[in-house]
This record gives sequence, structure tokens and C-alpha cells, in this order.
Amino acid sequence: MKKETKDKVVFAAFLAPALFAFVMVVIIPFFMGLYYSMTDWTAVVGRQVNWVGLRNYQNMFNNVAFQYSFFRTFLFSFLSVISINLIALMFAFLVTREIRLRNLYRAGFFIPNLIGGLVLGYIWQFIFKEVVPAIGGRLGISLIENLLLLSDPNLTMFGLVMAFTWQYAGYIMMIYVAALLNVPQELLEASEIDGANFWQKFRNITVPMIAQAFTITSFLTLVNSFKQYDIIVALTAGGPTAIFRGQVVDSTELLAVHIYNVAFKYNRMAEGQARAIVFFLMLSVVSIGQVYFNKKKEIEM
Amino acid sequence: MIKKKVLIKIVLQVITIAFFLFTMFPFFVVVINSAKSSLEIVTAPIDFPDQWSQLWFNIRTIWTSDSIRYASSVYSSVIITTLSLITISVFSAMAAWVLVRRKTGMSTFIFLLFISGLIIPFQVVMFPLVAFFRIIFETTGIRMLREYHGIIFAYIGFGAPLAVFMFHGFIKSIPVELEEAALLDGCSKPQIFFHVIMPILKPIFVTISILNAIWIWNDFLLPSLILGIGQDVQTIPLAIAGFAGSFVKQWDLIMTAVLMAAAPIIVGFIIAQKHIIKGMVSGSIK
Repeated sequence: MKKETKDKVVFAAFLAPALFAFVMVVIIPFFMGLYYSMTDWTAVVGRQVNWVGLRNYQNMFNNVAFQYSFFRTFLFSFLSVISINLIALMFAFLVTREIRLRNLYRAGFFIPNLIGGLVLGYIWQFIFKEVVPAIGGRLGISLIENLLLLSDPNLTMFGLVMAFTWQYAGYIMMIYVAALLNVPQELLEASEIDGANFWQKFRNITVPMIAQAFTITSFLTLVNSFKQYDIIVALTAGGPTAIFRGQVVDSTELLAVHIYNVAFKYNRMAEGQARAIVFFLMLSVVSIGQVYFNKKKEIEM
Repeated sequence: MIKKKVLIKIVLQVITIAFFLFTMFPFFVVVINSAKSSLEIVTAPIDFPDQWSQLWFNIRTIWTSDSIRYASSVYSSVIITTLSLITISVFSAMAAWVLVRRKTGMSTFIFLLFISGLIIPFQVVMFPLVAFFRIIFETTGIRMLREYHGIIFAYIGFGAPLAVFMFHGFIKSIPVELEEAALLDGCSKPQIFFHVIMPILKPIFVTISILNAIWIWNDFLLPSLILGIGQDVQTIPLAIAGFAGSFVKQWDLIMTAVLMAAAPIIVGFIIAQKHIIKGMVSGSIK
């Protein structure tokens, strides 16, 4: 009996610090948020909070800026997942070959990941605004010289994808490297003796062996593109403006930025919170669905 | 056949170097433009600077800038990052250990609660969190906003799910016999954890610390809400945001500020490169 009590005390004492912090900053605010999203909450201290039911959610779905932001977020995530994984896989292939200085390249590809999204956004803003036109001028190519990537609503998205790929591909490369190093060399050599070409080796040995890594990388890239905030704030600040269904909208105001702006810029806290809840639901569905789909594929392979 | 192999090798080498140079290009842009005056930077953004001595002038300007407060911002970032790293790792390892070793329904429930934290994005809790911190201040008098302990506490809460998850997976593979032997030798439970388990967990500590260091050092949204931009306690990203926001077109100084913001973590990476790469590669396949 005494030992059991003692065990319980140790259990509680060891668990308490992490659990207390987690409950205080994630669990309680999560349920507060759920409640606030159905009220006219304004975050003003002392002001009475009134229940409004699902009104904030109805306003959201009828809101053109939200609908637009929703599509743009999916577009950005789709482009980013493809771009980051392609580049990362290529990097991983190159740095696991027998080439000179491969450790230097591996470290070099990884370094942009150490730069925070905010700082990185300013760097790329400078590149797109000043450096790219200067290079175009030097080469005498007027198309590049006059390329104002950040003023064209159709092109800005690619600028964002590029900046994000620069930051994140090196990190994803590490995961692919770990997976590629696990592919048994004997298998590749044996298939080579049997006359398999590069593509056959890749398709039939490498891809199935790194399928598990692919589940992780596509999950990470998807979730992180969906939640992207820092780079956008520093690189485009949501702009430039575009026209969508007859209304002026911000072409790179993706959901994470949109939620923040609704709450703080337009001072509609409760509506911002309702959008955050929907954002959470979408993110859960998309990411869980993606993992489920890939796990099934993994087994088939 | 041999010739073809050599050719492929050369081609791969060239492709790799091309990608490497492309990846390094933005850093190159930052370095050369940190040493320019405000006029030179717009007229010749891709040339080497006229005088490298301009770099020291720009660094001095940033160093003495009232809005960046470089020394104090670096200090705040270092304090917040290191204290958060240590507390997240130690507290999460402690929690994960008792959750693995005490097999009850309660343990499973709490573990799942932590896991649920992995899919809750920051956006969904950020507004209520700030409100909740304000409520805490009003009811207990403990100030959480704009304080070191407030933001570190928040990082423990947001960092715990992933850390608990990773430690949990690893601790499951440690044989219980090890702990039973220590128990027979007269060790108490806390002694077992700190003297037997913690040393075994070292590789996971390294991996988690690297991931958290990159995250916390560069984080912007959470500190902007909890500390606020332009307040007494500000991290490097907040300082940069405040500065770049107030000098929209001062690219020369923004580039220098960016250089000075990125330098500490890049130097740190180069020094500890071997461990970091090893930690990343081994940690990513659990």
C-alpha cells in the first residue's frame, strides 16, 4: 500500500510540470476558443460576452475574402508540397552519391532552414524587388529586368513558393537522406548486375524503400505550408491586391494571415476565432487523410 | 563503360555545385549588400561594395539603433531559447517516463491528450491564450504577458506534445530490467530517472533540442503576441520586424540587420555541425 502511494506521488510529480503547462496554454485556450467562436467576443477586458450561436460561421462562409483565401491556401500548399519534395529528393540523391565534398553540400542545403521565416521574407523581398531586375538589366533581358514578381497577383504566389522551398527543402532532404542511407546497397548492386537501368532501380527498389519517409515528408510539408505565416508577412504582407467575384482581395493573404487580419486589423476577434476553428478542422482532415492514404500505399508497396 | 561512369560522376558533381551556388546566392546577396550605403544599394544591388569599411559603419548603426537594441535582443533570445530548450526536454522526458512505466487507463488518456496537441495549430489557440494570460493576471496578479517566464511557460506547453511523443517512443524500447536492478540496489525512483534513464535518452535530447532551438530562436507569431513588438523584452525576430516595419526602404540597414540576426545561429550551426546533422538524420527515422 505504502509503495503504491509513493508510486502515485512520483507519477503525479513527474507528470505535473509538462502536463500543467500543456493544459494551460493549449487545452484550456482551445476550449475557450471554441466557446468564443460562438459569441460576440471582442477581447476587451470587462465587456460582457454574448452568445450568438453559429452566426460567426455563417458570416465566414458568405465572406468572399475567406473563400478566396481558402482556395489560395490550397493552391499554395499544393505547389509547395510538390516543389519542396522534388527539390529535397534531388538534393538527397546528390548528397548520397560518391561526390567530392558531399558533407559541405549537405550542410549548405540545410543552412537556409536555420533562417527564420521573417528574416528570410525580407531577404527574398529584396531579391525580387532589387536583385532580379538588376540581373535582368545586366544580362540585357528586358523581360527579367521588368519582372516585378511581387506586384503581379498571379506571380507573387510563385515567389512565396520559391522562398519557402529555399527554406524548407534542406530540412526535408535530411529525412530523405536518412531513408536513402537505409536502402541496402546489395539490392541495388544485384539489380545492376541483372541489367536494371537507373529508372528501373529507382522505381522498383528506392521508391518502395523510402515510402515511409515519404509519408513523413509529405505530412510535414503539407502541414507547414498550410500554416505558413512568417514568410508571407515579411515577403508580401498579403499583397498585391486582386479582384475576386467583384471584390478587392489580397492575393497572398493565406488562411493563417487572414485569421490574424480579421481579428486584429478589422477588430473582429470572434469571427477570427471562428475561422481559426475551421482552419483547425480543415488541417486535421487534410493531414490525417494524407497520412491514412500514404500508409495504405506504403503497405501495398 | 568506365568512361560512362566517370562522365556521370562529373555531371552529378556539376549539378550539385550549381544547386549549392544557387542555395548560397541569397546569403551572398545579404553579405555584399550589408556593406553598402543607402544609395549604392539601389543603384548596384549585384555588385561588390565600393568600400567594405561601410560594413562596420552599418553594423555600428544597427548596434546602436534604439528600435533594434541588438545586444539586449540577442540576450533575450538566448535566455528564452536556452531556458525553453532545457525545460521542454527535462519536463517532457519526466512525463514520458512515468507515462510509459505506469500502465493505467489514466496514462493512456494523458498520452493521447498530449498527442492531440500535435494537430492543434497555434492559430486556433492564440487569441484565447492571450486573453487567458490576461485573466490569470487579473485573478492572481501573476503577470504572464511581456515577461520571460510567460513566454517560456508557453513554449513548454507548445513544445511538450512532440517531445513527449518522441521520448515516449524511445523509452518504450528501454528494458525495465535495468530499472529493476537499480531499484534493488536501493535507488529511489527519481534517482533512477536522473541517473539511469536520462543518460540513455541523450541522443533524443540532442534531436529535440536542435528542432526546438531552430523553432524558438526564429519564432515570430508567438512572441509577437506574448511579448509584443517594441516592448522591453524583445527577441531578434521581433526586433527585425519592428525595424523593417519602420524603415521600409532602408535596404542597406535592413540587410545588415538581417546579417546580424542570422549570424549567431549560423555560427552555432557551423561549430556543432557534426552533431546537428547526425541528430537530424537519426531523429527523423524513429
